[in-house]
Amino acid sequence: MSADRANSAATEDLKASEVETPSSKLVRFSADEALELDSGVRLGPWQIAYETYGELNADKTNAVVVCHALTGDQYAASTNPVTGKPGWWSLMVGPGRPIDTNHYFVICANVLGGCLGTTGPATLNPLTGAPYGLDLPVVTIRDMVRAQARLLDHLEIETLFAVIGGSMGGMQVLQWAVNYPERVFAAVPIAAAARHTSQNIAFHEVGRQAIMADPDWRAGNYIQEGVRPTKGLAIARMAAHVTYMSDESLHQKFGRNLQDRDHLTFGFDADFQIESYLRHQGMTFVDRFDANSYLYVTRAMDYFDLAQEFGGSLPNAFKDTRTRFCVMSFTSDWLFPTSESRQVVKALNAAAANVSFVEIESDRGHDSFLLDVPEMFQTISGFITGAARARGLPAPGEEVEPRS
Amino acid sequence: MNLSPTKTGPGEIRGDHKVVASLVPQGARVLDIGSEDGALLDLLTRDRQVDGRGIELSQEGVNRCVARGLSVIQGDADTDLSDYPDRAFDVAILSQTLQATRAPKQVMSELLRIGKEVIVSIPNFAHWRNRAQLLFRGSMPVTKYLPYEWYDTPNIHFCSLRDFVALCHELDADVEKAVALSGKGNKIPINAPWWVWNIVAEQAVFLLKR
Repeated sequence: MSADRANSAATEDLKASEVETPSSKLVRFSADEALELDSGVRLGPWQIAYETYGELNADKTNAVVVCHALTGDQYAASTNPVTGKPGWWSLMVGPGRPIDTNHYFVICANVLGGCLGTTGPATLNPLTGAPYGLDLPVVTIRDMVRAQARLLDHLEIETLFAVIGGSMGGMQVLQWAVNYPERVFAAVPIAAAARHTSQNIAFHEVGRQAIMADPDWRAGNYIQEGVRPTKGLAIARMAAHVTYMSDESLHQKFGRNLQDRDHLTFGFDADFQIESYLRHQGMTFVDRFDANSYLYVTRAMDYFDLAQEFGGSLPNAFKDTRTRFCVMSFTSDWLFPTSESRQVVKALNAAAANVSFVEIESDRGHDSFLLDVPEMFQTISGFITGAARARGLPAPGEEVEPRS
Repeated sequence: MNLSPTKTGPGEIRGDHKVVASLVPQGARVLDIGSEDGALLDLLTRDRQVDGRGIELSQEGVNRCVARGLSVIQGDADTDLSDYPDRAFDVAILSQTLQATRAPKQVMSELLRIGKEVIVSIPNFAHWRNRAQLLFRGSMPVTKYLPYEWYDTPNIHFCSLRDFVALCHELDADVEKAVALSGKGNKIPINAPWWVWNIVAEQAVFLLKR
């Protein structure tokens, strides 16, 4: 076995153990504490894996929920146990960061349907003892948020100072604000939308078909059969990755540059740097993500339509809300373009809600929310500080009681 | 976009802002249209404890407002006021913006719809300096407080105080209060009839109700 293969097998074992017994914190709910899903199915027993950063204050008013995106996880600001890489939002969450863990108690949970410790398709089905695979009921964004609300009940946290997230994380933020308005003081949906567009569903379908076309997918039972649809998942990731960037950023980063060669090879090797880069993105992704999880989580995003349960009226979804919103988009994001954020803002205005809206200039596409974009940090710091003042919390930079 | 004729140093409060603030009730729900960098909204939040929102055309201004903790969205007075429900705010404020809108009458009527009270501040095109430039030089006025040339001015719908009051009548709005200001934003401390104000005031603040 080559060192690479051995490495990959070790990653696979590590990933498998993260499914049932994650390195992070974990709450297990019994069959009696089942989760009622949108599909009508009662899911139980079930579990939710989460990380926390900072400390909860005495009156439990400083809790912030961070919601992760499609392929994110609970390790927002701590080392990911599978990849060994720093948390995906370490630039945003931490001591002295915009979401300052010296002041706020940050909770980030792996989403329902995920693969790092919260119940998902790789979790063992208690009825069969084998991984759920496609026997797991389809979950929705609202189910994910329900699961998080149950976690908060368990932690005995009634209200959240803020809920923050980008992309699918932003969808969860909006869902939180709509379904639990009394529990959310401030909401920051970044690079998100009130519904998944037809174009975005189309991209997801391409990814899912790539996975399901892989002979090693085995109708979703690949874990039992000891194989993995790595090719299909890698292609899904490659296609999706393109949608996270902008033409401009691709052009700047790669242009038409050739990869480790001076001439075109007149073959189908990765002649271009962009090809080599995408292949690398695909290959590293399969080491950390479960193919069935990818099907479930993309499906949850496709089903997302915030206005649906309010007769198609988005303003009705926000009726009488007292939550303070800060909606944010990026100029070069064509996957969740500014026009989608504007729809949310329009609806919030129609509901006379308290809303800020900022479009950040960035040429780095949808992924901007994960990157070092100083203007985003400034804006979020400002919004959070303003909200903290309104909530009567000591804001960063202001006096705090010394800890005894 | 900063259309204000009044420039201030850092930390200094603009005269017209002081006047506007004095007309806003404590704790009111306020919409400030044309928030610029948020100076007025910040003043109202701190001194009058208002529940304030803002609309600002320039993204740069919006980002500055939000970064200082104010609730402001990027938007256009000409197109975005229709999103708000009737009487959504105790006070709707339009400061130094009306002259830059495409359809001032429409904007005014939207303001009177969404605000129980409306405060509007405008530059007075009929100020004597402007009149003098037009009369003696025969050219469009360019002054310290109206610094643009005719071809690059964002101010496409100038009016005089008299014109503005006439528009208010046409819209069935009562002028509850009017304060004439100098270019620097100081109150003009004279008791005079309208036609005098229309000559000596460089700007004015109106409190309207319908």
